[in-house]
Amino acid sequence: MFRLTLRNLFARKVRLLMSTLAIVLGIGFLSGVLTFSTGLNSTFDSIIKGSTPDAVARPAGTDPSQQFGIGNASVLKPADVDRLAELPEVEQADGSVEGFGMYLLDVDGKLVGGGGAPTFGFNYTDTPNLRDEPILELVSGDWPTGNDEIVIDTGAAEKAGYEVGDDVTVIAPSGDSLENVRTTLTLAGTAEFNGGGTAGATLLIFSTEGAQHFFLEGRDVFTSASLTAAPGVTQPQLAGAAADVLPDGYEAVEGDVAAEEQESAIAEFTDVITQFLMAFAVIAILVGGFIIANTFNILVAQRVRELALLRALGASAKQVRRSVIVEATMMGLIGATIGILLGLGLARGLAALFSAFGLDIAGSSLVLTTSTVVSAYVVGLGVTLVSAYLPARRASRTSPIAAMREDAGAPVEGSLRRRGVIGGLVALVGAALAVFGLMEPPGPDAAWIGAAAVLWVLTAAALSPVLGHPVLLACRRIFGTLFGTTGRLAAENTLRNPRRTGATASALMIGLAVVSAVGTLAASMNRTVDAQVEDQFAADFLVQSANFQTFPTTVGDDMAEVDGVGVLTRDQFSPALVGDEPTFLLGVDPAYREVYDIDLVAGTDELTADQQAVITRDAASENGVWIGDTLELAFPGDQSTEVEVVGVFEPTPVLAGINVPLDLLTQMGIKRTDTSLSINVAEGADPATVQADLEKLVQDLPIVTVYDKVGFADSLKEQINLLLYLIYGLLALAIVIAVIGIVNTLSLSVIERTREVGLLRAVGLSRPRLRRMVTLESVTISVMGALLGMAVGLLVGVLLRQSLSDDLTELALPLQNLLIFLGISVLFGVIAAVIPAVRASRMKVLEAIATE
Amino acid sequence: MTTDLSAPLTGAAASARDLVKIYGKDETEVRALDRVTIDLHVREFTAIMGPSGSGKSTLMHCLAALDTPTSGEAIVGGTTLGGLKDKELTTLRREQIGFVFQAFNLVPTLTAEENITLPLALAGRKPDPEWFDLVVDAVGLRDRLTHKPSEMSGGQQQRAACARALVSKPSIVFADEPTGNLDSTSGAEVLGFLRRSVDEFGQTIVMVSHDPVAASYADRVVFLADGKIVDELRNPDRDSILDAMARLTPAVG
Repeated sequence: MFRLTLRNLFARKVRLLMSTLAIVLGIGFLSGVLTFSTGLNSTFDSIIKGSTPDAVARPAGTDPSQQFGIGNASVLKPADVDRLAELPEVEQADGSVEGFGMYLLDVDGKLVGGGGAPTFGFNYTDTPNLRDEPILELVSGDWPTGNDEIVIDTGAAEKAGYEVGDDVTVIAPSGDSLENVRTTLTLAGTAEFNGGGTAGATLLIFSTEGAQHFFLEGRDVFTSASLTAAPGVTQPQLAGAAADVLPDGYEAVEGDVAAEEQESAIAEFTDVITQFLMAFAVIAILVGGFIIANTFNILVAQRVRELALLRALGASAKQVRRSVIVEATMMGLIGATIGILLGLGLARGLAALFSAFGLDIAGSSLVLTTSTVVSAYVVGLGVTLVSAYLPARRASRTSPIAAMREDAGAPVEGSLRRRGVIGGLVALVGAALAVFGLMEPPGPDAAWIGAAAVLWVLTAAALSPVLGHPVLLACRRIFGTLFGTTGRLAAENTLRNPRRTGATASALMIGLAVVSAVGTLAASMNRTVDAQVEDQFAADFLVQSANFQTFPTTVGDDMAEVDGVGVLTRDQFSPALVGDEPTFLLGVDPAYREVYDIDLVAGTDELTADQQAVITRDAASENGVWIGDTLELAFPGDQSTEVEVVGVFEPTPVLAGINVPLDLLTQMGIKRTDTSLSINVAEGADPATVQADLEKLVQDLPIVTVYDKVGFADSLKEQINLLLYLIYGLLALAIVIAVIGIVNTLSLSVIERTREVGLLRAVGLSRPRLRRMVTLESVTISVMGALLGMAVGLLVGVLLRQSLSDDLTELALPLQNLLIFLGISVLFGVIAAVIPAVRASRMKVLEAIATE
Repeated sequence: MTTDLSAPLTGAAASARDLVKIYGKDETEVRALDRVTIDLHVREFTAIMGPSGSGKSTLMHCLAALDTPTSGEAIVGGTTLGGLKDKELTTLRREQIGFVFQAFNLVPTLTAEENITLPLALAGRKPDPEWFDLVVDAVGLRDRLTHKPSEMSGGQQQRAACARALVSKPSIVFADEPTGNLDSTSGAEVLGFLRRSVDEFGQTIVMVSHDPVAASYADRVVFLADGKIVDELRNPDRDSILDAMARLTPAVG
């Protein structure tokens, strides 16, 4: 029996090749995503582990998830570092200077890594890491000395086009006016993290003197200290001893703990990427599963007589079932194996894609791990076997007598009514979930809608033979009118086996459902951006850096001097603890009221003293405070204060939950930089001239941009659309798999209908028209899948938007995009038909008629 | 029908000249047709008989533009088939030739009426309503026109196939074992109709069969063995055919 199965497998190799391709692509995507995310994690892991010393002394109350981009005034004096070095537990203590707000420009004056990866500036020390290896390794040149030399990482040097000895331009945060915000330094050398790579981040390495010059106004102090344990001293012992001699406001943290903190902070970001990609892998595998199930269904139907003959010759039902299962196992194994290899290539593709967004994954970290291989095989085999099980069971039920009958066609299938009833009920359960999700359920509303969406997509797939019927009838009418008998025959062919048509179309349906739902969300997001900008962009101009990086306050200082500038207000985000909850609050100019148009609920929007705050209604209820109550705020460096709530307003995206005067931040030791500037033009001034003057001012400072209303909305929409295209790109794979499904079904159907094709050719259907018939059949299937998918996707998209209506206040339907998708689906239908159509038209008429 | 029934039986609706058809190569070579020359006369019902493998189906397929001979000429309605392109052959089949196969004659997705008019629909022509009615009534399918093949009996399906073969008024109708799958009553109905279409409508029919009863409906029976024409009968009855077949057996055996 096993040998027979093998024979079957090879005899049908062409048909199986296509369904194996579905597994290959699905598993390829899965293993690609797994490999990529493993590489992503190991890249960060080796950077973090390789750059963390045995212990660090740092400002207390620092939450690493908030640390990025924020400087504060707490410092360690050289004497503090000396005290640490003298401890018997300490082998080596090095004062560190870390700073933000400095950026590297390339040889053409463009920002390096401007896409998103951060830039870190710090002083060079020879502190070893946790593993007792040097943290930094010099690749070329020398370590920097004085305050006119710099070392950058090799990746950045390559990107920027600098070589050792070149003049390197950086934007320094300490410039006291915009004229000298640029500084030219000599490139002393290039270096690399011991772990290799920087994940796309740019490293600017100075001598201690240089770092102090740029980040600490030249004072001989440090922002933190790195500690190395003496032989035999454990991390807890080291941290414990250090804590005793540290000044107030500083804490000593074990290296393992610090590394773990950073890793979990990074994980928040890498997990989002991994889950995002995984969602598409799941879709691809789901679509692949549909195709495998469908292929087996057709193959079994075509082999009913053969299987029945086996039964008549004495094979047990179990043996027949097993033969189909073994066939599926072989397919699953082969498909998964090729898929895993394909995944390696795909992981590199993903790495290349993400490096365009500034995230560099070391190629050497993209390797297959045991768990990736195991998961790929488990999923590949699992999906194939589950998909093949029902057809196998049906095959084993073929009665031996069927072999004797002349008309042994497909086994009689149960009526669609039962399926309809069950499907209808499941759809109702989904509807109940969705309704519940739109009320006030526990957990995120969108999750309930998502669960409903999954049920609906599955129901729509199961019911597609019924739901798609009207589409098929419409196609029959339209194609019949346009293409005459050929069109009529094509549509009739899709109607003859509604289950097969439905199952084939379902694969495409899933893809288009996701595309349409995402498209609806994106369209709604774009419209919401327009509406919100219209509503809340009260200023004439907004000055901001890409990705909310902070910029020197000199920008604001100089801009305030520009002719025609009426009001200029500044914002700065700052991390803080409210009670014990980490949050970001916004420091605002008291003049903010002149620019922002807020919807006051109670109290006043006027900040007259430093210890005051205006908060949103949400923040008020979260913290249980109202006008006149006080909020406890703690800042990095163990600074804390109380502020009085003077105003409560409706939430708006232009302000944070809690907003305090900028002066309070200065008081709390937060280094002043700006997150954004809002500018109103003075009465009588020409906005265009003012904008040109403002832009001219920052032309040497590529980190900030001057936006007007339209430009700001466009820049936001550009990001939304970039994400949308990324999603469409990833979904394209699922759609390719769906197209393979159509190719498969059509090829099998054509073979199955060999005699009918022969008959049609005999009575006068020409080859081109035969090809057209197959093409129209394919188009009918793809149009049906597309329309069902769009219907489900629109419904889900609209409901998801509803559930997110707090953030997505506007609803928009991507009707134009949907038309394009429909057009693309028709195109895919035509493409999918090429192979089967050529195959059908090459059939010898005589052979076709003679085929038993 | 335009054919003048009183006109003398002249000319051939289809002819074979030195037809040779070889399957396979070298050692596995099978000579299915070995220099066959025959004229199939207008308004005549010809039966081609012979044992399995005698080449009778191959002869029909070559004459019906379904297969190409290795050498020799096949002529249908005055057109020599050799050298015609696929497109021309398709048109020829659609306009000049009617087919009735042993099984699987009808497109399962179309109704009886759509099946009957299929060749006309493919040619983009409308059926002549009077002729259509005449043919449909002759095959007795008036009340089955809206049925799909799966809702019709085997005999009805074959009669629908006959109607389809006639409705486009072809020069010649080829029937390949048209009663092979039918019980004797249904078979007699189909054969009776083929006979009538020659007698009343002046149709030319060529039928391949190995059933002496079926062949006895023909005006002329041609016997094939080993790819050659070995015998011929005119106005045969069942007994004379059986005799001829018996004479043939030693040659075959």
